Amino acid sequence: MPKNFNVRRWLMLSPVLAVIGVLFVGGLALAAAQSLGYFAPLGESALTFRHYAALINDREVYASLWLTLKLAAVATFISAVGGLALALGLREAARRSRVVNLLLQIPLSVPHLAMAGALITVIAPSGLLARAAYAAGLIQQPADFPALINDRYGAGIVLAYVLKEVPFIALMTLALLARLGDEYEQAARVLGASRWQRFRYVTLPLVAPAVVSASLLVFAFIFGAFEVPFILGRPFPAMLSVVAQQRYLDANLVMRPGAIALAVFSTLLTAALAWAYLRLTRALLGLERPFIL
Amino acid sequence: MIAVSGVAVIPLLLLAARSLAQSWFWPSLLPPVWSIRAWQYVFSPTAEVFPALTTSLTIALAVTLLAVTVSLPAARVLAWQEFRGKRAVIFALLLPVLTPPLAATMGVHALFLRYGLTDTLIGVALSHLISTVPYATLMLTGSFSRFDPDYEAQARTLGADGFDVWRHVTFPAIAPGLAVAASFAFLISWSQYLTTLLIGGGRILTLPLTLVAFQRGGDEAIAAALSLVFLAPAAAAAFSVARFLKEEPVGKI
Repeated sequence: MPKNFNVRRWLMLSPVLAVIGVLFVGGLALAAAQSLGYFAPLGESALTFRHYAALINDREVYASLWLTLKLAAVATFISAVGGLALALGLREAARRSRVVNLLLQIPLSVPHLAMAGALITVIAPSGLLARAAYAAGLIQQPADFPALINDRYGAGIVLAYVLKEVPFIALMTLALLARLGDEYEQAARVLGASRWQRFRYVTLPLVAPAVVSASLLVFAFIFGAFEVPFILGRPFPAMLSVVAQQRYLDANLVMRPGAIALAVFSTLLTAALAWAYLRLTRALLGLERPFIL
Repeated sequence: MIAVSGVAVIPLLLLAARSLAQSWFWPSLLPPVWSIRAWQYVFSPTAEVFPALTTSLTIALAVTLLAVTVSLPAARVLAWQEFRGKRAVIFALLLPVLTPPLAATMGVHALFLRYGLTDTLIGVALSHLISTVPYATLMLTGSFSRFDPDYEAQARTLGADGFDVWRHVTFPAIAPGLAVAASFAFLISWSQYLTTLLIGGGRILTLPLTLVAFQRGGDEAIAAALSLVFLAPAAAAAFSVARFLKEEPVGKI
């Protein structure tokens, strides 16, 4: 034992480490083992990569992976830009009144399932938007309305996440802005910087840590999301978590090791993407610690 | 400002309208017949809504209490001490936040099968700790790091014992952060669908599971009413701590 080993310190850390060690690391390790040929219920007991090899030849997995990457990236990008714009637009109002924070808090506290349900009422082919379009004489029947749920492009999924995540990124950014104050911007103004220059060279670098870390959380969350694509998406191609869940709970147990392999792959890929994103933003923005959590 | 209020409030109004509409066929813009049938069903003693509400509340409250208790000592250490292995601990905390929980949940499912914890309330509550504990610890670390540990030392010099220091000095200082962390732990647990479905095996019926059954079953009025029942406690949890949010960073649901 090293001589500066502090028993009390590690004792205080141990409850959290036990939870993460057993449930997350242990769970992941057990899942990995099951996907590598140790799935006891099927009598497997020898190392094999065939469940991963099977994923490589699986067209549904390709379609699902591509859809997941695309929807997560698009929804994150729109949420980051929208959240930043909203935060900057509401900055003055937020300083004067707490109501802004409270309002942004509403969509944040609406569970994803409820949000998806509310969206269906609005954007379904016979939803309120379609009825308004009919009343305005734009369409004659529900089928004329563009498909926004269970559609090819995942428009409903993106919309649901944008509605949830724009306020989240705005709140993170507003919290950082409130802590920073506006001295830097005042100084830039006194020195003759234009509006655009103040935004580009002062405000943007200051809020970058909040936007970067918030959008990383958003991307990782949407990438692994289940509820919204389950309610608003198509059965094929579905997002990765939906495919993995369906195969896992398939009545035929033979599907299970492959489903676990898909979930493990999705975890590794998200971790790799998060690492790459942090590296990239560090290189581009010179951020040392992007996490403000 | 007005747009924000609109986007925030309109979905709620729509859910309310949908839950009170008897039959709302194309193309009427407003429901032709209003009815409280859905709400009567939701509150009727024979419906599965009330047991689901109780199950959800039990699990979410237990998870909140557990997550905060487990996180408090660790957050204290992480905020105030520099030590070898600290980066590794923070990395371990970030992993469950940044990766999908599904794979770990599948492993936990196999583990719990072995110990008879699947299909039980305890098993489901334990599985919710995977996603709540990292957030609670990271948020509480933030609260502790904004509090100067020297205050504790001063109180001790003035003769306060360990419990007095906690009760009169440290606790009041981190209470807002504690409230925020607890409300987010509650929200995360309250909203879980997939983890509950896998570990609870469809036997532990929480509100989100019941809601999905109605969403898929096609009774839109009941689904809308249930959505409102589902989001009310979540909103209450969030609102009760909203005034602290200016000082405390927001967490992710």
